[in-house]
Amino acid sequence: MRRFGPMFRKEFIQMRRDRLTLGIMTAVPVIQLLLFGFAIQTDVRHIPTVVLDESRTPTSRDVIADFQNTGNFRIVAQVDGRDALDEWIARGDAQAGIAIPHTFPRDLARGTTATIQVIVDASDPLSSQAALAAAAGVAQVRNLAILSAAAHSRALPLETRIRPRYNPGLRSANYIVPGLVGVILTITMVLVTAMAIVRERERGTLEQLIVTPITKTELMLGKIAPYVGVGLVQMTTVLLLGRFVFDVPLTGNVLLLYAIAFIFIVASLALGLFVSTLVRTQQQAMQASFFFVLPNILLSGFMFPRQAMPAVFQWIGAFLPLTHFLKVLRGILLKGVGVTELWQEMAILALFATVLIGLSVRRFQKTLD
Amino acid sequence: MIDSAVTVETHHLTRRFGPIVAVRDLNLTIAMGEVFGLLGPNGSGKTTTIRMLCGLIAPSEGTATVAGVDVVQSPDLIKERIGYMSQRFGLYEDLTVAENMDFFAGIYGLEGPGRRGRIAEVVSFLGLDRRLNQLAGTLSGGWKQRLGLACALMHRPPVLFLDEPTAGVDPAARKGFWSTISTLASQGTTVIVTTHYMDEAGRCGRIALMSQGHLIALGTPDEVATQVGGRDLEDAFIILQERDEQEQGP
Repeated sequence: MRRFGPMFRKEFIQMRRDRLTLGIMTAVPVIQLLLFGFAIQTDVRHIPTVVLDESRTPTSRDVIADFQNTGNFRIVAQVDGRDALDEWIARGDAQAGIAIPHTFPRDLARGTTATIQVIVDASDPLSSQAALAAAAGVAQVRNLAILSAAAHSRALPLETRIRPRYNPGLRSANYIVPGLVGVILTITMVLVTAMAIVRERERGTLEQLIVTPITKTELMLGKIAPYVGVGLVQMTTVLLLGRFVFDVPLTGNVLLLYAIAFIFIVASLALGLFVSTLVRTQQQAMQASFFFVLPNILLSGFMFPRQAMPAVFQWIGAFLPLTHFLKVLRGILLKGVGVTELWQEMAILALFATVLIGLSVRRFQKTLD
Repeated sequence: MIDSAVTVETHHLTRRFGPIVAVRDLNLTIAMGEVFGLLGPNGSGKTTTIRMLCGLIAPSEGTATVAGVDVVQSPDLIKERIGYMSQRFGLYEDLTVAENMDFFAGIYGLEGPGRRGRIAEVVSFLGLDRRLNQLAGTLSGGWKQRLGLACALMHRPPVLFLDEPTAGVDPAARKGFWSTISTLASQGTTVIVTTHYMDEAGRCGRIALMSQGHLIALGTPDEVATQVGGRDLEDAFIILQERDEQEQGP
């Protein structure tokens, strides 16, 4: 491995001189973090809502206030007829409609079931789910109050006490930002190494290099080593911004996180190396990298929970390094867990790194055929 | 059969690319310290021959020995004993002259004071002193050539392969380059060079004239001219090229 040193130095100088790539590699984490952190909110609130109150009684106004108080509904208009309500939702000016029939106060007084209709624009499942759950909740709270009053009972027979652990505010930033560390590392590390070897091929420098006694392993490791540093800097940037801009906690052992991140970065770089052995031009390298990166974002559990995926896709997800690194990130940052809980993920990531480097070295040919 | 004065030897060396035979049944014996020219029109198999001898392409058939090493059996070992310059500038344009030399010295396993000493030696041999901190990409053709040679010579290889080393280099720089090659040969380095320039071919000790993968003529420049039937080498070359075109014609 004595030729690793010169190779590493050369790559490092070249990386330092390539201002554009270096700039992109430092700007990407910042931009992505701000985009994802501010723009992506999975907790849907303030759904624009249109109200049709046919009864116009204090009770009905009370119920409407209940809806508004959940924070999920924002009343944007009061309308006079059912047609007008449908019109609002069809136009997209409102995503939910609450219709209280004129029979509402009478039914309530009589003790028969009084109905309130909640219409939801379900073309966006995420926000409509939040609206549906909130609407059901409003009715339930009302029911309990009415029933317990009727039963002259002061205590509820049953109550579930929910303790949202690790992310008590249920903030999506706490979920997204740690995941973003992994996503950004995957994108930049895979792309940067996939391009690195192909660039030497295109510029004609690979021909001069493979006519020297450098071994394939020395070449590959020397090529990826400087980018390990870049990856660690990117991770630090995202973690610090996450901590101070989005209040994402750093609960666990940060040193352990960096140790595992090191393994993950090597695995991602190795994936990039592998891509570079499959393609001939920088353009192909770029396309192939995106082909590898996209499933990482969709199937790793970064945005969509893996439990909700069909078994096949959960399996595919298990073959992505990011899937395992996400568990580590969230485990350490949010739950504060340690090696005892994470050794499996560490082992899997190390296996990925070793296998991918081995495959790349095998596939790379020191010939021009 | 082992002759210490023989540095390159090929037997029935053949390379096919699909249906095309790039080099056919080539037999060469090149002695130590010889400047050996490979001549021929484009596509005659010169570059393929050099690449096979450097272990960059595996031969389809036949054997070749370079500096005592079998090219097919030890393509890795061969690389410690040869220097190679390709037609295309193969160094790093975003590194300086000094950084390029330092890199290749390191890759060739030179370390510590040995490395510094050898770099200084090569720098003064090729007159690169005043260019050390210039980016290789900003050098003129002639200086790029010298830098390429400097990097290929770092490890004192007994055999040097130069594939059209003077393409795109001005006449003055070409002249200087060839006197450098003569110096190297007089010190015992075997130089195998391909070229398109007839005046350069005339400076080789022996030349091999190739056409469509075949060896057409072999010997000193004068002998080759006579074998092909021209007044001089240039004449011989043109005769050969016309003959090629007739064969390829309708």
